[in-house]
Amino acid sequence: MTHATFNSGIRLGLPVALAVLPFGALFGAVAIENGLTIYEATLMSGVIYAGASQLVGIELFNQNLPAWLVVLSIFAVNFRHILYSAAMVRIVPEWSFAKKAVGFFFLVDPQFAESVRLKEKNGRVSFACYMGYAFIVYALWMISTVLGASLGNLLGDPKAAGLDVLLPIYFMGMVLGFRKRASFYPIMLASAVGAIVAYHFVGSPWHVSIGAVTGILLAVILPPNKTGEEMTEVETA
Amino acid sequence: MGQFFDMQTLIIIFASAVATYFTRVGGYVLMTRMKSIPPRVEAGLNAVPVAVLTTLVAPAFFEGGYEVKIALIFALIVGLRFPGLIMLASGWALVVAMRYFNIA
Repeated sequence: MTHATFNSGIRLGLPVALAVLPFGALFGAVAIENGLTIYEATLMSGVIYAGASQLVGIELFNQNLPAWLVVLSIFAVNFRHILYSAAMVRIVPEWSFAKKAVGFFFLVDPQFAESVRLKEKNGRVSFACYMGYAFIVYALWMISTVLGASLGNLLGDPKAAGLDVLLPIYFMGMVLGFRKRASFYPIMLASAVGAIVAYHFVGSPWHVSIGAVTGILLAVILPPNKTGEEMTEVETA
Repeated sequence: MGQFFDMQTLIIIFASAVATYFTRVGGYVLMTRMKSIPPRVEAGLNAVPVAVLTTLVAPAFFEGGYEVKIALIFALIVGLRFPGLIMLASGWALVVAMRYFNIA
């Protein structure tokens, strides 16, 4: 299968869309608890479309902080997306300006990881497939936000339901998918150490950007021709 | 309008949406300004998925309780052989079971 159609994108996106459901519901419920209306919660999910940063945002709404500080915090949590969009230059060079402008709105963590995977597997990422993936994840994200906001506390304790481990496991699965890549282990270890150290000494959400930069810097420092050789091996394999 | 939307909240939401969209196009705009991509920058870009996704997992592992650590290690082993959905379900089931029976 070449994964070129909208429907194939929907099929690829369905597992992650289901994994994201509890978090949309959690966001909706927490938003109502923090005094947002269901309309505001839904609008927030619709136009920001970045779960972790939305949760950080509504935590700050109630603390009488200046608006710019709330916006800056949301920006900080989403800062890693800059790295994604930079990497997309080599993944979708053939897309038109309009396709990029629309497509990149949906560039969330799993969307990016799937794009990298498809590029390595098929040599290109079809816009239709990308949008199918985006559609199913975005649709279920919106539906679960509305459900969480309207049902609220029916959700119960997300920890007892084991929902807190879903995303870490999901992201771990994605990391595993890249284990055949050049310098996988050193980059992963450097990022993990960087993230944990930053988590302790700087705090969340900065550990994401600091940890990622640690791993990326290591990749930059490692001898480039070694990386190049292994890249060619992958291509001819 | 007041009962559906609060003006201050509305402003924060839209400003955050613009800021978030900026992060999703900003890197691209920055990269296209460069005439060619030096090999070391390319190596750095290749490292992005592994580096970022790892930072989303590592603190959850180290800050989580023993039940989280055990479930993540179990899911990791399952993930080496089985597809993602089975990995997700088995790790989740294990953590729910351990919490229900108060193990670890």
